[in-house]
Amino acid sequence: MARFPTVLRKAARRGGHAGILVFFVTFLAFPFYWMMITTFKTTQDLYNTANNPYLFNTPPTLNHLQVLFNDTQYLQWLANTAFVGVLVVIITLAFAVPAGYALARMTGAWAQNLGIAIFLTYLVPPTILFIPFSRIIAELGLQDSLWSLVLVYPSFTIPFCTWLLMGFFKAIPRDLEDAAMIDGLSRLGAFIKVVIPISMAGVLTAIIFAFTLVTQEFVYGVTFITSSAHYTVSVGVPTFLVRGDVYFWGSMMGACLIASIPIALIYNLFVDRFVAGFTVGAVK
Amino acid sequence: MHRPAPAAATPRQRAGLFGRIADNERWLWRLMLAPAILYIVLLVGFPFLLSLYYSFSDAIVASREMNFVGLENFRRVLDSVTFWVALKNTIFITVVSQVLVLVFANALAMALLVDFPGKWLVRFLILLPWVAPISLGSVGWLWIFDSIYSIINWTMREAHLLGPGQWPIWLGTPELAMASIITVQVWRMLPLATVIILAGLSSIPQDIHDAAAVDGAGFWRHMFQITLPLVMPVALIAVLFGIVFVFTDLIAVFVLTRGGPYDTTQVLASWAYFIGIQGGDLAGGAAVSLFLFPVLVAVAIVFLRMARRAELT
Amino acid sequence: MATVETRRLTKHFDGVRAVDGIEMTAREGEFLVLLGPSGCGKTTLMRMIAGLERPTAGDIVIDGRVVTDLPPRERNIAMVFQSYALYPHLTVEKNISFPLRAVGTDRAEIGRKVAWAARMFGIERFLDRKPRQLSGGERQRVALARAVVREPVVFLLDEPLSNLDAKLRNSARDELKNFQRTLGTTTIYVTHDQAEAMGLGDRIAVLNQGRICQVGTPQEIYSRPADIFVATFIGSPPMNLIEDDVGYLGFRPEAFLPHGVEGGDDNITFPFRVTRLEYLGADRLVYGVLAERTPESHVISKIPTNIRTEIAAGGQYDFVVRRQDIQRFDRKSGQRMNGAG
Repeated sequence: MARFPTVLRKAARRGGHAGILVFFVTFLAFPFYWMMITTFKTTQDLYNTANNPYLFNTPPTLNHLQVLFNDTQYLQWLANTAFVGVLVVIITLAFAVPAGYALARMTGAWAQNLGIAIFLTYLVPPTILFIPFSRIIAELGLQDSLWSLVLVYPSFTIPFCTWLLMGFFKAIPRDLEDAAMIDGLSRLGAFIKVVIPISMAGVLTAIIFAFTLVTQEFVYGVTFITSSAHYTVSVGVPTFLVRGDVYFWGSMMGACLIASIPIALIYNLFVDRFVAGFTVGAVK
Repeated sequence: MHRPAPAAATPRQRAGLFGRIADNERWLWRLMLAPAILYIVLLVGFPFLLSLYYSFSDAIVASREMNFVGLENFRRVLDSVTFWVALKNTIFITVVSQVLVLVFANALAMALLVDFPGKWLVRFLILLPWVAPISLGSVGWLWIFDSIYSIINWTMREAHLLGPGQWPIWLGTPELAMASIITVQVWRMLPLATVIILAGLSSIPQDIHDAAAVDGAGFWRHMFQITLPLVMPVALIAVLFGIVFVFTDLIAVFVLTRGGPYDTTQVLASWAYFIGIQGGDLAGGAAVSLFLFPVLVAVAIVFLRMARRAELT
Repeated sequence: MATVETRRLTKHFDGVRAVDGIEMTAREGEFLVLLGPSGCGKTTLMRMIAGLERPTAGDIVIDGRVVTDLPPRERNIAMVFQSYALYPHLTVEKNISFPLRAVGTDRAEIGRKVAWAARMFGIERFLDRKPRQLSGGERQRVALARAVVREPVVFLLDEPLSNLDAKLRNSARDELKNFQRTLGTTTIYVTHDQAEAMGLGDRIAVLNQGRICQVGTPQEIYSRPADIFVATFIGSPPMNLIEDDVGYLGFRPEAFLPHGVEGGDDNITFPFRVTRLEYLGADRLVYGVLAERTPESHVISKIPTNIRTEIAAGGQYDFVVRRQDIQRFDRKSGQRMNGAG
């Protein structure tokens, strides 16, 4: 069989490469593109099946966003999400930073297994625990309160961040702590005054991921919270805005977009560290 | 063991419990680990045990009274037609979506391995589905699959792929609804699998690629005999996460179909929610959700074995 | 300044005796080098003296005070690490002042001492930089400055020169020796490099498998090694060893010379079959076996290039060793036997 000329083969390969990228970017990003178009379209354009839905057949409008911010509790949901997120981040750091450090510095197979065990609890899904939790939360008198989420969310942010921080601390040379101890600090002092300042990048990463996990959580939110004023964004939009038969598609898409994009931007800066945590040391 | 007592302490020597613990690694590590472990035990371990307990009782939301009923709940669950539908759906959605994710993620990761202008933007766009709250992404798909205004239908009609009078109701017919759910699961898991596999591909030393090129391997031989086998352990990790997240997922079904039409797209997690929380039957819901557990154990075992192997190399 | 003493100091790691009952004393103001191959326990020994590792048994005495149970910060020692262990987030100035700030020295005093230490090592220009902006040699000076600034009673140096390139290492060695002489602080120095040990040490302690084989001046260690390990570890190429019915005979390659070069009459002659030659510039290395001996003994001769005796591979020549240059070692214990063979 005659071989293709090199130039043709190269062109074919480049074309294939571009084709793969275009296909997957379209598949993955299209819903967000569609959200954006929908957010700014007038209602009559949106609901006219004769119109080309990819285009603005009437001039773009801010009406849907006005409805979202003025006539729904969307801002309240954003505030609720931020409130829960900040508190959960603080709790997570208070527990995960010391635990991650201890796991990084303990020696022996026992410590290694403990680290993996803690990581595995991150994989225990809310869908196994939400039923007993609904009763526990009721017994604690926290039903329909944001505090129930503040209490429960660290149960998955702590394991994940402990594991993540353990990786960071392991990468810090022990010599630095030894030097600090010789230079006059206690073992604990060396951790607080030398290791933590050096690990700020790791701590920041843990903060981002804890916050992201909080914004994404749905199951506990929909189980514990019953009044719309206490919803977080991820629960409020799909449950409350859809409730009833009238769908405010423009406003809903705007709500999804506004909540997704900022998180995605920040997250993108840290994604490599996140992957390192996920691959359990199999990728060096 | 006898030791001579230290001579006179320096003036700076801090006595007291705190000073001693601050220097004693054994106790320091225990004290630093204990709070996190306690939190996890109280908020993961305890609810889990409670879940086990509920599944052998007749607990309901409305009453605090509980009686031990043995395997009654499990008998009730196994007798229900919906359970078997849900179990079948859960397995089917997980398997199909993960096979697709594995194939797609390998292709996409290889395409992302080389440098090209605008790579960061492509990476940002590709990651969006994973980063955005899943419930919100699913709402986006709900609109894409809308019964009247579906953009897929519009596009297919304009491309003359639909005959006159043809207008698929994506979420209203059982087969199409399953396909829709699988699409959403692939959509949201593909980014994570891609970046994990990309990390694996990047970690293959250039030497190995060079050696293969020198040994005369062509594109396909190189891919199937060198690259793919080397990236498989990492791809396995991506699949394990995919299995856990998809098998136990409630959100996609909850937002898209609520299990409908007529419970044909129910999965274990959503059914547990509708029975346990909306139906108030805590015992029944707990029993259903426990069926998620074996998969978790299996995945955990594979993880532990991999971690051990990673430690050896 | 201070003495450092270890009493039956022992450290086990998972049943392995890393340090096995070491008794050792560093005298006041002395530069003591711990020399040995990797894994001999020298670093563990130093880390126990520093307080970074808890001994399994035994005691450490600094200046007459038992410090075994004290944390590192209360031992008044300073240590320079192989990696230098500079705090990456602090400037050079903050790095140097770190030990002073840790114990709450007042500001004026800190300023004075940092200036003094920086001047001593010529790093005043770098005070505002971060460690990553410095070269290897500059980092090493910063590490030394951080060590001296607190005026400790003992310096512990863990292979501080091994991260420098060969050229820099020689000048750094000089400086190290000079500043130690000036300060007169007792110094314990760990290395696996015998040239460094010979050049720096007032005395050298040779370690192997967790035990001390010999302590002595560089000259004693070289010319009268206590056992076969020291004899073959020190010197390059190592001491030649040949077996006879009593034990082992040992002689240095440079003492094994062609017949006629060495004057005097108390020489022993060996017929030497040459297999290979290497020219090293200043010396020739001649490899071969001693003829008419079983078992076959491989030996090396190191001949200064200005001795121009013709030697070719494949030939057999008479070589001699002065009787006084021959050491005898016991067959069983490997210990050197008294007197020359």
